[in-house]
Amino acid sequence: MSTSHVLLGLLAAGPRHGYDLKRAHDERLPQAKPLAYGQVYSTLGRLERDGLVEQRGQDREGGPDRTSYALTDAGRARLSEWLTAVEPPAPYVTSTLFAKVVVSLLAADTGTATDYLVAQRAAHTARLRELTAVKTAPASTVGDVVAADYAIAHLDADLRWLQTTLLRVADLHREVNR
Amino acid sequence: MTTVLRGSGMHRAYGPTPALRGVDIEVGEGEIVAVTGPSGCGKSTLLHCLAGILRVDSGEVRFRDQDIALWTEAARSRLRRTEFGVLFQFGQLVPELTAAENVALPLLLAGAHRREARKAATMWLGRFGVGDLADQLPGAMSGGQQQRCAVARALVTEPKVLFADEPTGALDVLTGEQVLREIVHVVREQGTSVVLVTHEAQIAAYADREIVLRDGVVDATGLGLGARA
Repeated sequence: MSTSHVLLGLLAAGPRHGYDLKRAHDERLPQAKPLAYGQVYSTLGRLERDGLVEQRGQDREGGPDRTSYALTDAGRARLSEWLTAVEPPAPYVTSTLFAKVVVSLLAADTGTATDYLVAQRAAHTARLRELTAVKTAPASTVGDVVAADYAIAHLDADLRWLQTTLLRVADLHREVNR
Repeated sequence: MTTVLRGSGMHRAYGPTPALRGVDIEVGEGEIVAVTGPSGCGKSTLLHCLAGILRVDSGEVRFRDQDIALWTEAARSRLRRTEFGVLFQFGQLVPELTAAENVALPLLLAGAHRREARKAATMWLGRFGVGDLADQLPGAMSGGQQQRCAVARALVTEPKVLFADEPTGALDVLTGEQVLREIVHVVREQGTSVVLVTHEAQIAAYADREIVLRDGVVDATGLGLGARA
């Protein structure tokens, strides 16, 4: 999962400083590894260098480094691109899927999150069908079947999660934007 | 692909409760179509209406370009004995009859001679790996063996369309998968079309195509949950 995209998403609602971004990240993505401050600032540095965020003033009250950052137009475009791109259907992408849904809700709306889930489900289903075809092919060995089983079981878990999440999207939207 | 079965504008209610609210579905020759969706979405009702077990309240069910929804129960029943095969989750075998007698039943009802029917039944049991159980009663068989007999019985008439409603739902994962793979293998060989009702993505993945129902209508998003989100 890409921290830079999540930070872009967290900036979609307005400028924030590093400390605030770290807190929002850890709160919204409780399954992800908590962000280290160093990582927040190094990521912001890279995003600034690439013209995706820009500095938007200093807040001297809370400590030494309280530079706030804002999304640029290029940053907004990059975020939108990420939110609509389907992840390669492979096992263990759930954390990225979850991050995309949450960031969609923060940065866009229920419709964007739903469109993404619909596209992702189609990709997962297509991959599931391909792997199932591997299992039913006459030349398949037991080894092929066992390997396909592993991927199928994990994709199926993702799909179940996608379906349930879609049901919960509206509730999540309310919670995230509270 | 030639369309074998086509339902259009299918409506069906149970008393005041609508189960199908205008479903359109096409099944091509030799095509396996999965019908999925959450509990209560109308998928079993759709299968029953397509198979002529239930009648639609309005809309059409065309098989070989005839609207079978207009047919009498006797005519639809004849169709199910000859052109359609039906397979449920469990409990379809007659407990007093042996495996071979169960499988021969549809042929005998269609007027076949006893010896021919027995021969075909044994052959079909063999095709599903339970040929040596021909003289056993269902009660003496495992769930997987019973379901293989039920599959053999559903296919013994070499139907044009097989309707399978959660056909592996009562079996453990491995047995269910073996039975499903055998079904897919045989229907591919025979060129039989299949309407496969399931709530599981892993089972639906055996189909060529998937139709998702939600609240009695086809959900174009495929998520089966669209409107609620």
